[in-house]
Amino acid sequence: MGETLAGNVIYRNVYQFVQDLLGEEWSWVAYAAAGMAIILLVTNAVMAIGTLYTWFERRLLGRFQGRLGPNRAGPFGVLQPIADAIKLITKEDIIALGADRIVFTLAPVVMLAPTLLVLAVIPFGAGSWVADLNVAVLYIAAVSGISTIAVMMAGYASPNSFSLFGSMRAVAMLVSYEVPLVMALLGVTVLAQSMSLVDVVEAQALPFLIVTPLGALIFLAAVSAELNRAPFDVTEAESELVAGYMTEYSGMKYGVFMLAEFTNTVVAGAIFAVLFLQGWEWPILPSHVWFLLKVAGFVFVAIWVRATLPRYRLDQILAVAWKYLFPLSLINVLLLAAEIIVWPEPSTAELGIMSAINWAVTIPAAVLWSKVVSLRTAPPVAAAFSTEGR
Amino acid sequence: MAFDNLFSEIVFWALAVVTIGSAALVVHLRSIFRAALMLVVSFLGIAGIFAMVNAEFLAVVQVLVYGGGIAVLVIFAVMMTRDVDTGNRSTAVQPVALMMGIALLGALAYSIVQAEWALLPDSLPGPIATVFVETPTQLGRLLLSDYVLAFEVAGVLLLAAVIGALSLVRERHDA
Repeated sequence: MGETLAGNVIYRNVYQFVQDLLGEEWSWVAYAAAGMAIILLVTNAVMAIGTLYTWFERRLLGRFQGRLGPNRAGPFGVLQPIADAIKLITKEDIIALGADRIVFTLAPVVMLAPTLLVLAVIPFGAGSWVADLNVAVLYIAAVSGISTIAVMMAGYASPNSFSLFGSMRAVAMLVSYEVPLVMALLGVTVLAQSMSLVDVVEAQALPFLIVTPLGALIFLAAVSAELNRAPFDVTEAESELVAGYMTEYSGMKYGVFMLAEFTNTVVAGAIFAVLFLQGWEWPILPSHVWFLLKVAGFVFVAIWVRATLPRYRLDQILAVAWKYLFPLSLINVLLLAAEIIVWPEPSTAELGIMSAINWAVTIPAAVLWSKVVSLRTAPPVAAAFSTEGR
Repeated sequence: MAFDNLFSEIVFWALAVVTIGSAALVVHLRSIFRAALMLVVSFLGIAGIFAMVNAEFLAVVQVLVYGGGIAVLVIFAVMMTRDVDTGNRSTAVQPVALMMGIALLGALAYSIVQAEWALLPDSLPGPIATVFVETPTQLGRLLLSDYVLAFEVAGVLLLAAVIGALSLVRERHDA
């Protein structure tokens, strides 16, 4: 841990300060204090951005739907998240009768934890990251899997069938979409020949969005499902399930769930920027500004998709994962692996040739496969009740 | 290691207490659902210990496979179980199980104490040191060269399991 952090300016300064203050034999306090300082800074900055993002999303959704969105608190309603937070904190905190109180209380915490843990490996700008793990890509996949358990905890601890249904749906979906997500990450790993996110950024002479469009498409689809965003938001489909696994939650516990969800979208944008948009590298503007702009771009697309597409049915969602995204992700990995065997150390020109091949495969594959896979089947319940073909 | 000794001691003991404490709670808690959750905590504690000894790859795989996959399976199985909140009733098998448990614990403790651990020196020669820095690369190379047979056999085994599961839940159209 000390080694991975040694390059960090804040870490070094805080460490030096505390060690000068307390002396050599208390250096472990300095380690802890310096680590805490970084944790405090990164988590708070990202959660602040996540909070601001709720305003961004609501304003944009308003525009997409031909209405104003929040516009009363502060200029353009930018203080709306603060008003929301005050409302949530001052609300009565209800734990329903018959709930498993400990698990019920812990579920929002477990939900937020993976979001913040993922931040550890994300490079936010040139030279500013918390840790450059050599297994960072795998780390993201592993840590974000913990949110599945949080959903189960929330659904199981609530004495409510809607909560349980919502969490069952969520788990079925999260587990299914983990497969194409990891395959998309694998494609990037093969291209960069490293699992470290810093290496991935440095390997992108061309943005991987151009080099491997299929991987980016699969990642985008799978990550929106993992984030429970429309068109994959059946776990909290208001018209069917009240609010899914969050039904029984109120006050700040609900607030923490929402915070985790919105911050997750921002973090997913950061991961997308690192994996497919050259991370912090682009000319003229400072690296951190570019990074934020790229995250904002991803988030804008996510909101756009949410405002445009209607919700899938659960069986359609699972069909999309297994019948559509999974075969395409296999094609993607095979293609990239073959190209890396031909060009083991791809130069910019070779990356250009690769991207030409990949685009030539991606468009027909995505279009043709969508013709092969039909989602226009009757829902399973309806099929069970119909007398047709029996 | 850049760890200060006292600091790494603190971290180690915290992890050890969490791992073993939650493992004990898995056995003691009455609600099977909570026991399953404590099992997850125990898995994560083990991942922390892996991370402490510079085995980042193992730590991450531990979280991915046990904290993610196995935990979800276990909790799913618990949700399908009846009488989740009452727990197990005591049966005649209990004393036998207790004896077996103590015997296993004794055997494990004995072999851990008696084993001659091949400890690495603090400063490693260059080529060996890189193995510890680039674990995933080295593991990948070994899996696809020296141990490719085991790797492929595991793949075939998993495929067989998937096909078996599918054939079990397949809808029959002949009725």
